[in-house]
Amino acid sequence: MFTFEAPKETNLKVLQFLFDDNELKFRFLTDLCAVHYPSQQGRELAVVYHLHNLVDNIRIRFKVFTGIEQPDVFTATNLFSSANWMERETYDFFGVNFVGHPNLKRILNVDEMDYFPMRKEFPLEDQSRIDKDDEMFGRGGSIL
Amino acid sequence: MRPVRFNIHPRKADIHNNIAITEMPEGSQGEGYFATSFEKVIGLARKNSIWPLPFATSCCGIEFMATMGSHYDLARFGSERMGFTPRQCDLLMVMGTISKKMAPILRQVYLQMAEPRWVLSVGACASSGGIFDTYSVLQGIDQVIPVDVYVPGCPPRPEAILDGVLKIQELVHNESLRRRNGEQYKALLGSYGIE
Repeated sequence: MFTFEAPKETNLKVLQFLFDDNELKFRFLTDLCAVHYPSQQGRELAVVYHLHNLVDNIRIRFKVFTGIEQPDVFTATNLFSSANWMERETYDFFGVNFVGHPNLKRILNVDEMDYFPMRKEFPLEDQSRIDKDDEMFGRGGSIL
Repeated sequence: MRPVRFNIHPRKADIHNNIAITEMPEGSQGEGYFATSFEKVIGLARKNSIWPLPFATSCCGIEFMATMGSHYDLARFGSERMGFTPRQCDLLMVMGTISKKMAPILRQVYLQMAEPRWVLSVGACASSGGIFDTYSVLQGIDQVIPVDVYVPGCPPRPEAILDGVLKIQELVHNESLRRRNGEQYKALLGSYGIE
């Protein structure tokens, strides 16, 4: 699939152009998600837009990268209503701050959660659990 | 040739004189009277008329449906009627993965039940989080509500669920009428933050 990248400040302009252009007509937002690349300094978070031209049945993938210190990306909700919940989910799991989103709060996880679980620095396992002995899982302990 | 080995030689079922009757509780009896303690009679009555409240969220719930169905037939043990309102039920059957977001709802359902109430935790997920050792899943419902009986398995077979219900019946049968007013029980609920 054709994939391209643009600076994060221009994401709305690019999306609007892809939407409006009479030949391109990418007017359906299939998916919106994020990826965390901890090794890429200054551009740790990628926000990925999957777009679909329903007339010609052509899909493209559009990425913007942002630093993790200030993960501000403009919201696509004014262009695609479906972006509302998908951006909330992306915020919920990766902490991407969608500037201009009407209701940017957690959607799937508990409201009390104080971190973004899909970022790589957080282990998958539930950290509140104390009955699991590391030795039994081959990570540390006296058996190595 | 029949591929099935069942029902080739059907056994005649004894449909007469085949009604189960519970044992009489201990007591003194004579001509025209029978005396026993309230505790035994009430325990006997409660034990054989438990109203379960199914809280089924995943595959253990499917096993539970089999348990309810005619093959395993939970109704044989006096739990004929599933109640779908917590206020009228005695036994909360939690079957399946409980996510952290659902924990307050489960707790509210428990709080809405009237005393005396019992909780049966069916399956690995409800008992300990099971394979879902992850940020979104509650690692055992005993973190939010007290549990009386745990049924292991992933998912447990209907026989195991029935065995769990029988264990609950044992508890119900032998429970002292004063237990729910006792200090120990209050301390147990207090440890869960329940008044």
